[in-house]
Amino acid sequence: MEALLAIGIGTLVAAGIWLVLRERSFSVILGLTLLSYAANLFIFAAGRLAPVAAPLALPGAETLADALPQALVLTAIVISFGMTAYLVALALRAKGETGTDHVDGREDGP
Amino acid sequence: MTASALPLAILALFAGAVLVPIFARFGRAAAAWAAAATLAAAALPLLPLASGALAGEVLVHRFTWLPEWGLDLAFRFDGLGLLFAILILGIGQLIILYAAYYMPQKDGLGRLFGLLLAFAGGMLGVVLSENLLLLVVFWEITSLTSFLLIAYKYDATEARIAARMALAVTGGGGLALLAGVLLLGRIAGSYELSAVLAAGDIVRADPLYPVVLVLVLLGAFTKSAQFPFHFWLPNAMAAPTPVSAYLHSATMVKAGVFLLARLYPVLSGTDLWFILVSGTGAVTLVYGAYVALLKHDLKGLLAYSTISHLGLITLLFGLETELSSVAAVFHIINHAIFKASLFMAAGIIDHECGTRDMRRINGLARFMPVTAVLGIIAAGSMAGVPLLNGFLSKEMFFTEAVAQPVLTGYAYALPVFATLAGILSVAYSARFVHDVFFNGEPIDLPRTPHEAPRWMRAPVEILVALCLLVGLLPQWSVGALLQAASTATLGETPPYYTLAIWHGFNLPLAMSLVALAGGLIWYRFRHFFYGLHERYAPNMTSPAAFERVFNATAFGARSMLARLDTVSLHRYLVLLVLSTLGLAGFAWLGAVPAPLAGPLPLTPAGPLSYGALAAVMLGAIGCAAWHRHRPVAIVFASVVGLVVSLVFIRFSAPDLALTQLSVEVVTIVLLLLSLRFLPAETGVAQRRGRAAADGILAIVGGIGVAALAYAMMTRPFETISGWFAANAVGGGGGTNVVNVILVDFRGFDTLGEVAVLALAALGAHALLDGLRLRPQVPGPDRAGDRHPIMLAMLMRPLLPLALVVAFHILLRGHNLPGGGFIAGLITGVVLILQYLAVGIDVTTARLRIDHVRLFAAGLGIAAATGLASMAFGLPFLTSTHGYVGIPLVGPVHLATALVFDLGIYLVVVATVLMVLSELGRLSQREAVPAGAR
Repeated sequence: MEALLAIGIGTLVAAGIWLVLRERSFSVILGLTLLSYAANLFIFAAGRLAPVAAPLALPGAETLADALPQALVLTAIVISFGMTAYLVALALRAKGETGTDHVDGREDGP
Repeated sequence: MTASALPLAILALFAGAVLVPIFARFGRAAAAWAAAATLAAAALPLLPLASGALAGEVLVHRFTWLPEWGLDLAFRFDGLGLLFAILILGIGQLIILYAAYYMPQKDGLGRLFGLLLAFAGGMLGVVLSENLLLLVVFWEITSLTSFLLIAYKYDATEARIAARMALAVTGGGGLALLAGVLLLGRIAGSYELSAVLAAGDIVRADPLYPVVLVLVLLGAFTKSAQFPFHFWLPNAMAAPTPVSAYLHSATMVKAGVFLLARLYPVLSGTDLWFILVSGTGAVTLVYGAYVALLKHDLKGLLAYSTISHLGLITLLFGLETELSSVAAVFHIINHAIFKASLFMAAGIIDHECGTRDMRRINGLARFMPVTAVLGIIAAGSMAGVPLLNGFLSKEMFFTEAVAQPVLTGYAYALPVFATLAGILSVAYSARFVHDVFFNGEPIDLPRTPHEAPRWMRAPVEILVALCLLVGLLPQWSVGALLQAASTATLGETPPYYTLAIWHGFNLPLAMSLVALAGGLIWYRFRHFFYGLHERYAPNMTSPAAFERVFNATAFGARSMLARLDTVSLHRYLVLLVLSTLGLAGFAWLGAVPAPLAGPLPLTPAGPLSYGALAAVMLGAIGCAAWHRHRPVAIVFASVVGLVVSLVFIRFSAPDLALTQLSVEVVTIVLLLLSLRFLPAETGVAQRRGRAAADGILAIVGGIGVAALAYAMMTRPFETISGWFAANAVGGGGGTNVVNVILVDFRGFDTLGEVAVLALAALGAHALLDGLRLRPQVPGPDRAGDRHPIMLAMLMRPLLPLALVVAFHILLRGHNLPGGGFIAGLITGVVLILQYLAVGIDVTTARLRIDHVRLFAAGLGIAAATGLASMAFGLPFLTSTHGYVGIPLVGPVHLATALVFDLGIYLVVVATVLMVLSELGRLSQREAVPAGAR
């Protein structure tokens, strides 16, 4: 199972890197979204995989899932939404100001 | 009165710098009175301390700041500080009066006095600092404020160039000083002046002493305009005359010699000090005096004379004879008095004649007799005419020049040199007197000169009276102050000396007489020197050379930057990924032969897991491959998001799954809305080589992260989560550990995170506000069904139902999966659906909520919860919980963290609504045909 998750994270990172290196702002936003997925999964996995652990500290719960990475990832998910929203706004504004959706603000980027 | 008066005095000046410009709105008089009151307010707390400082006491006041780093806000008041405080505040007061009359009527004076007070605050800080680092900070403040003062007439190019030059030179010197002080503090073991002054022997014996000395002297010499750093001072005459009179007589340039006096016990007493300090001082003394005569500009003459006199003070500090430092301190006083009055007199002449060119200003004695008398007395003091204060310190200089024992064998060298300097200073003083007030008739003046207003002359009269008073009754007037300042400078009681006008017939008196006579003869033949100057060195002091160097440096930096920075996001990101890979590879090579897999047992994987992996890979690769077909790419990305939330459920993280799922919905709506304004497909072909290179980079990065993740997951680890789990119920009052961590244990973090969220949304709002874009796809009018009727009907029961669900999730979050974040996202999703169903206008009209207020309410509630705990004497954001009896329902377990969670909820709702409604408005705005881009 660990290997599967690792491969999944790796695939997301690879696709994310490839996308942020594209020249259109929308592709870069997609790339960052994929990279956020990967980063969130990675941090989550730092608590190790616990398929049968209890998520709540109820009386009688045997093994508890590691709550700390979960708390970190929860806010990270929401913040990455904020970042995506900001990037979309930035991309639209750049389109309005420069007339192109090229990330460098000009079509003949180097 | 305690020693806390010291920071109070400095603070008063800075407060005045802020307040006086406000007072200036009520007119010039209000500005002047406010400025004068500020200086008085700064002097007031120092008054009761003066007697102690005169008696030789050293007062230190310390605010502990970072004691473990030796950084304290420490202030010091001794004789030297007292002397400079009197100069700064006393002459400052006269300058305020003078400037109120000198400055043109259209000038509101607020800016001038504000800057002058800020400068005075910096200057007072320099002289009252006990901590050397604090001294450097104030030193830089004087550099910055003097830059602003020199550039006061900022629409004049020459003023801007002069200001930049002054800043470059004195600011550069300030950096050297900082380096020197850091080394000095390191050697002495403390940055406190008391400790440093006591560590003189250690410092002088240290191998780094020459470096320290040179760095500190660079700071002092640039500030005090010593050769070869003198060139900024004449150009700084572009400043209004009151500024010149203040900065270049009594304060700014005196900061350099103040530093020499302050560190005298530590740094002096070596051959290197003697050579560097007296050598620089001597060259500056003669050079400045020689050039001063050649200046046709009245202020130019005074500027070079200032350079020369600063050279004299520096030379005296360098001589290190018994009384040379006393003479230096004495000359600091005298020079401040006569030079300030001369600058002001020059300002009056400029004011009345409309020019400062001495070739045109002649015979003013007939037009302005009072100013003439004042100018003649002050110039006499500058030349060292007996019965005036300048004579006394010059006489002391001559005495010390004769007494200097180092140059044995060349015993006559220094006296001869001193006499030459005396001759030159008499010559330019004679020019100031003869050329301006006598020497025929004025030539073609822009204005007919007449006597200046009564109160404009008053400051000059006071200073000239002081020239006479100190000249006639030296011991009575400044004896005690000089004794105290010299004691503070030397760190011990100076040898016995008498301040008297008459010391009998001796060599120094003869030198004085020779200087007087020789100076008049030199002046008689001035046209010969003018000729020499015109012929060989007409542009000796032109700022052009400095400008050339300055511009070349700026150009070089700019072209270097242009070459290094290609302004390409692709380039930046490639470098980022490459360097990350490089660092990771380096670390990995260092850890070889570490096996990839760790000792932890693997979790068995079922067929569902393989399916999930396949879905993620399909989504990621599909998204990357079809990124040009944007709607398709969004669908692929959403597949990934969905599987990620399934992964969270699979591994016991229901909160994360709920969050991920709702974020997914909001994100996709957001991306789809943006698509309308971005070109749907881009057919621009990319270079094949680049795509291949990017692909390789991406694959290597992916493999690296995958290996890292695998290695991490298979290794055992220590976690602190056990503590959180054990204390969640008892300490936080909730069984949902994740939520308890968010709103209780790590509540402060969460507060910061929702603030970031609010900032991102406000940033997006600012970016989109007022933006008009041409849509890239057909608008809603052409869509078959603008607001689907089925959806609208469905939303009627769904909206209240969903809001209740969200509220339930918010309430139960502390104990069961849920909480503010998730509830906020669900509310956001529901409201978006409402937008889609009935349109923005209708929804907004019904909601009647201002998003910005919602942010304020959310953050306010969250912060107030934290502060409330402080009211009970508990740390910020301490939560409490207990059972609350509700009628009919019975006792309910509630935690105050719930209120905090409510704040989070509001911020999240506001974020979602603000961003999406702003994007939606974009569609409406373009529907208005006018002004579409």
